[in-house]
Amino acid sequence: MQLSTRHLLGIKDLTPQDIQLILDTAVQFKDVLQRPIKKVPSLRDVTIVNLFYENSTRTRISFELAEKRLSADTINFTASGSSAAKGETLLDTVNNILSMKVDMVVMRHSASGAPHFLAKHIPAAIVNAGDGINEHPTQALLDAFSIREKLGTLEGKKIAILGDIMHSRVALSNIYLLKKMGAEVTVAGPPTLIPKYLQQSFGVNVSYNIEETLRWCDVANVLRIQLERMNQPLFSSLREYNLAFGINRRLLDSLQKEIVIMHPGPINRGVELDSDVADSKQSIILQQVENGVAVRMAVLFLLAGKRSEN
Amino acid sequence: MKTILSNEQLLLTIQRLSHQVIENHFPFNDTVFVGLQPRGYFLADRIVAEIQSHYPEKKLSYGKLDITFYRDDAHKGIHVANQTTIDFSIENKNVVLIDDVLYTGRTIRAAMDALVDFGRPAKVELLVLIDRRFNRQLPIQPDYTGKAIDSILSQKVTVDWQKPEVVLY
Repeated sequence: MQLSTRHLLGIKDLTPQDIQLILDTAVQFKDVLQRPIKKVPSLRDVTIVNLFYENSTRTRISFELAEKRLSADTINFTASGSSAAKGETLLDTVNNILSMKVDMVVMRHSASGAPHFLAKHIPAAIVNAGDGINEHPTQALLDAFSIREKLGTLEGKKIAILGDIMHSRVALSNIYLLKKMGAEVTVAGPPTLIPKYLQQSFGVNVSYNIEETLRWCDVANVLRIQLERMNQPLFSSLREYNLAFGINRRLLDSLQKEIVIMHPGPINRGVELDSDVADSKQSIILQQVENGVAVRMAVLFLLAGKRSEN
Repeated sequence: MKTILSNEQLLLTIQRLSHQVIENHFPFNDTVFVGLQPRGYFLADRIVAEIQSHYPEKKLSYGKLDITFYRDDAHKGIHVANQTTIDFSIENKNVVLIDDVLYTGRTIRAAMDALVDFGRPAKVELLVLIDRRFNRQLPIQPDYTGKAIDSILSQKVTVDWQKPEVVLY
């Protein structure tokens, strides 16, 4: 068994075997996290820098916890309060950090492709923790892990990805992963938030009707409306979005079947998801967060195993 | 290829090892059995079944331990993790650790690290089927040995549980 890559830049570069190996390893790490001592010594010879050029709660804490549970040494970098604010370039910043003997870089950046750029120029292993509107691979892996845990398998399952597809790196990573693992995918939302080429390029179904899509799916992965990435109005108001595309209890009850509700967070309550749905028994949003630590441990552990091949 | 233990010898050895454990641990009140993943538990399954067959009324505690995350060579290649199932307390218990082949001792070192994360055992003993006695890299010795053999580094000892038999390549 081998990972085919020494970085995790995106799901695009992974083989189905890689994904299987990561998810299977994560099962064992989840087991470790249930024990009284939730820590293993695997990466005690590894130093990891968490490089966050963009805000994050879940991902940053989850990565940091995963690193600590693996006994790695960690340092945290956030763009605000660093020399990045003085105009230091990304490559200079990273090279300065690496000269202090750092082995792996976990990075989030608002520019799509920033981790790919870094991978070409530095020797450390890179884990993409979200780059612009491109990919967020560990989120897709933890989503897949959570679906597999709930439904047993991904193959043949009907997964709906709802909302702001255009600006979502979670959507793209999920589409790559789900298609590679043999799931059926439908994306749905307002036409202005769904890129036109999706159907031809990725083989996903496109729908503009939320109710129809919910009737079809086993799992609904609801995405956040990313107002900060919209530089022109793409729908008239949040209230109107909620009425046409939001998910509420009444809509769910009208389906007469139990579907699984997921959300990568942070939730805009009352916009894409109403509180009585987000906090319901069907929602596995908090399990996703819990699984995130195990999945990230698996990614870091497996990539650390590739370091000697440099 | 050389057969170290034929099918018949292997079954006799398992019986002897089981009786040695019985001698030291009866009535098993504070004894737990832990087979190592990914291969040691094949032996552990048989040892525990043999002991159980003599005392069908006893409830023996038996679990499997995976040491992948405790290895000292995690960065030298990919290691696939297996399931750990220890659903009993090992606090103040006498643990019989079971593996098929004892070689450098590094697996057992990792196993002891992994074990103490589950509690503080009163005592840990090691049971192995084959002891490659001149290849140790750490000061670790078995308490119960099926057979001790002299082998050189380039050779490989394989326990084939299909037949079952033990061979040296």
